[in-house]
Amino acid sequence: MLVRGVGQVRELFTDAGLVATRDLRIEARSRVLLNQVAPFALLVLVLFGFALDADQRTLRTFAPGLFWVTVLLAALLAVQRSASIEHADDAHTGLRLSGMAAASVFLGKAAAVFIQLMVLEVLLTIGIVVLYGSEVDNPVLLVLTAVAAAVGVATTGTLYGALASGLGARDTLLPILLLPVLAPVLIGATRSFDDALGAAAVDGWAWLGLLAVFGLVATVLGALAHGAMIED
Amino acid sequence: MVDTTTSTGSPGSRLLGLTTLVGLAGLILFAFVLTEPDVRLHPTTGEEFGQFDAVRLLYLHVPMAVLTYVAFLTCAVASAGYLLKRGVWWDVTAYASAEVGTVLCGLVLVTGSIWGRPVWNTWWEWGDVRLMTTLVLFLLFSGYLALRRTPAEPQRQARRAAIVALVAVLDIPLINRSVEWWENRTLHQQSTLAELKIEDLTLFTLMLGFVVFGLVFAWLMLHRFRVGWLEHAQAGHEVALAIAERHAEMETLDVDEAIGQTGGGK
Repeated sequence: MLVRGVGQVRELFTDAGLVATRDLRIEARSRVLLNQVAPFALLVLVLFGFALDADQRTLRTFAPGLFWVTVLLAALLAVQRSASIEHADDAHTGLRLSGMAAASVFLGKAAAVFIQLMVLEVLLTIGIVVLYGSEVDNPVLLVLTAVAAAVGVATTGTLYGALASGLGARDTLLPILLLPVLAPVLIGATRSFDDALGAAAVDGWAWLGLLAVFGLVATVLGALAHGAMIED
Repeated sequence: MVDTTTSTGSPGSRLLGLTTLVGLAGLILFAFVLTEPDVRLHPTTGEEFGQFDAVRLLYLHVPMAVLTYVAFLTCAVASAGYLLKRGVWWDVTAYASAEVGTVLCGLVLVTGSIWGRPVWNTWWEWGDVRLMTTLVLFLLFSGYLALRRTPAEPQRQARRAAIVALVAVLDIPLINRSVEWWENRTLHQQSTLAELKIEDLTLFTLMLGFVVFGLVFAWLMLHRFRVGWLEHAQAGHEVALAIAERHAEMETLDVDEAIGQTGGGK
């Protein structure tokens, strides 16, 4: 019984790895993230600089919030791209016929989005250091926050991407469905980055805890609910 | 048999509507005329302070906030029911309660903002956790309604809407406990009802508010549910009509064919 359970879990993660590899291979060939999403994210950082018409001290103070708003906007594009892969050439039918568990498909797609978000976050961190003059006070907290927030955004985004796909006006529907759900991630990650970048005196570790709980809950809920999304 | 009802009213709902109207008039009388404004005297300086006439808005604001929770929790239960049973009744109930809840939640935010201007000296307080979580709840269910109004195959839409509702409703415990969990991050006062700090006519008016807004909720739900049910029946009716038309076309074709064969035999 236990051996069968272990085997099922191994199969779940092996299948998830296959789906993630497929999505990342498509990204490597199409380069949508590098050619479109990453330049868009950097553009948003620059536009914030123009809009605030601020000196570097002001930008440094607001850098954590601007960073995470930019991540969320770029994540919308990454999630839309991830969902649209399944609709091109009716690929989701192929996935269903493969016999993979819905949870495997969900975890695989979320993992691919997570890796793409991590690449974006690295680029944006360089962006705020260069453009806003931010300095990293606590690199461990910074990295852990980036990972925990990316898990939350990737899992929630994958669930809502699947939810909005196949419906009319899905491109406009996704932001209004997804962004309010991600409000806790924006708040938690911003506060934690405030601490990591020395922008404000807050306890970043407590906010990191919130992000970790959010990421865990979103992963479990997403894995459970994804079946209902792809069964139609 | 196709349901040919065209009205959402019935003798019972009309009686409920009339009772609700009378109740609303009574609530307005108590809240805005008969109760006293909140005026207190400072123990040392003797200066007047308090919420003054703004406190009257709370007789509407607090019951509406509670009914917002009731509506969204109803939506969550109905959504879970739909995912388990896949019945139309559950889906229509979820949609109706989400719509009524979103309207009430919007009114809670508006009345709260109007109350906050004289009492907190601001229309909006970004640092208040309860305010922020309520706004997020409103936005979550606005997204839900946007999803419901997107053209899609009905069962697919109902299933996805149910998941959105179940995720959105997770915000309610946060709002409810925010005053206790983040005491230093809210201007909202601690729950006073449990300790019965509010007394006499004030308490009566607040209780009347709960009853009257309970009636408003029931009346709105009843009609919104019936509208949803009629919409569902209408969709079924249109499919039945289309099938009947197709059958009629087939019969005409058969007759034409028969005439053609007879004509060919001559």
